[in-house]
Amino acid sequence: MKQYGIPGKLIVVEGIDGSGKSTQLRLLEKWLRFNGFDVFLTEWNSSSLVKSITSKAKKKANLTPTTFSLLHATDFADRFERNIMPLLRSGYFVLADRYIYTAYSRDVTRGCNISWVRKLYDFALKPDIAFYFRVPIDVSMTRILEGRPKLKYYEAGMDLNLSRDINESYRMFQSRIIHQYEMMQEREGFAVIDATLGIQEQQRIMRKTVANAIESIPRDIEVD
Amino acid sequence: MTQTARAPKWYGRIGGMPYLSNTKITGRLIVIEGADASGRSTQVEQLTTNLEARGFAVLNTGLKRSALIGAGILEAKRNVTLGKRTIALFYAADFADQLEHKILPALRSGYVVLADRYIYTLMARNTVRGIRRLWSADLYSFALVPDLVFYLNVDPFKLVHRVFEKHQQLDYYESGSDMGLSDDMFESFIVYQQKMAREFETLKKKYGLMSIDGNLPSEEISQMLERRIIDYLSADL
Repeated sequence: MKQYGIPGKLIVVEGIDGSGKSTQLRLLEKWLRFNGFDVFLTEWNSSSLVKSITSKAKKKANLTPTTFSLLHATDFADRFERNIMPLLRSGYFVLADRYIYTAYSRDVTRGCNISWVRKLYDFALKPDIAFYFRVPIDVSMTRILEGRPKLKYYEAGMDLNLSRDINESYRMFQSRIIHQYEMMQEREGFAVIDATLGIQEQQRIMRKTVANAIESIPRDIEVD
Repeated sequence: MTQTARAPKWYGRIGGMPYLSNTKITGRLIVIEGADASGRSTQVEQLTTNLEARGFAVLNTGLKRSALIGAGILEAKRNVTLGKRTIALFYAADFADQLEHKILPALRSGYVVLADRYIYTLMARNTVRGIRRLWSADLYSFALVPDLVFYLNVDPFKLVHRVFEKHQQLDYYESGSDMGLSDDMFESFIVYQQKMAREFETLKKKYGLMSIDGNLPSEEISQMLERRIIDYLSADL
C-alpha cells in the first residue's frame, strides 16, 4: 500500500464455500493480534445497512444477475468507505474474508460482463496479499453438507437453472466459480494455498507468506 | 405505433447485461429529466392522461420506486450518512431492478414508458460529488437508450421558490447538504442546483437530451411535450 501513502496492510482470502478460508483467516487474525498488531476483520456481504435490504430481496428470489451484482457492490462500497479505507489509512491490518475477486468470479458465472464488473470495483485497493484456497469440489461439498443440513438458494446458483436438484446445481455452479478463480489466478497474483492440507500446515504457510511479504513484521516472528 | 419487435439499444460500450442479448421490444421509452420541483411529475401526469386518451398504453416509472430497494434507500438516507460510492451503487441497484422488472417487461408488451427521471440525474449526482464521469457511464452501460429524453431546465432561484411552495422546506440531498457546500442550507441548495445544471449541460451534449425551458407556464410546456411526443410516436405508424 506504500504507493498510496497508506500505512495499513490489506490481506484477503478467496475461494469457494467450504474451502476453509474463513477458518484460516481467523487463525491469522489471532496470530497478528497476539503479536501486537491492530487488526480489523471484514466479511463479504456484511454491511448491516445493505444486508437488511439484500436479505429481503433474496427471500423473494427475484434478484437478476445485475441487481445481485450491484447490491453486493453496494455492500462492498459501504464497508470500503466506512471501514477498510479509513482503517488502512490509520495503519491497521485489514483482513477481508472475500474481496472483489468473489464478485469477479460469481457475477461473471451468473452472466454479467467481466469488464463491467471490473469497472464497478475499480475504486478498490489492490490487496498486499490475496490468498486463494484451492480445493476440489468434492472436498468442499463434503465440508459444506456436514456442517449444514441444506444449501441456500443463491449459493447453489438455483437462479441459473442449471439443475433442479439443489446439490447438483451447487456442484455445477461452484465448479464454474472455481474455473473463474483459476483463470484470474495468475493475473491477480494470488498466493495459492492447497486447501486439502491440514489446518495447521495451511496456517503455517499463510503466516510465513505474510511475514515474508510485510516489512513491519519482524523477521524472527514465530509462525507455529 | 408499429408492433414489430426490435432489439433494444443499450448504452453499453462494455454491456452489462449479456444475458438479455436476445430481448426484443415493441414499446417506446420516453424520459423527462429535471431537478426536484422542476415540474416533471406534473408533466408526466398530464402526458399520461393525454396519451392514454389517444389509446396508448402508458406505464409511469421513476427513481426510488423499485419494490425491493426503494424503501431501503429512503431508510438509509434518514439514518446514516453514506459514502458517495455507496449511494451511487445503491441507486444503480434500484434502477437496474426497475429496468429489468418494470421498464423492460412493459416495453416488451408494447407500452409507452414515461420515466420520471432516468440515469442522467443519477450520473449528474455522482459527478458533482466527485465521482469520475467515465465510471458512472460504465456503471450505467447496462441501461437502455431511450427514444426521447427531455430536460426541464429551471433557474435555481425559481426552483427554490417552487420547493417551498411544495414542501415548505428544502430536502437534505437535493440541497447537496451531504457535500458541505455551505452551512447555510439556502445557499447550499442554490450552489448544488447550479452544479447539477452545469453537469446537465455536459450530459445534454453527450446524450442528446432535448432542453425545455422549464420556466415557462406548465400548460405551455405540456403542449410542447405532447406535440413532440405525438409526432415521434406517429412517425412509427
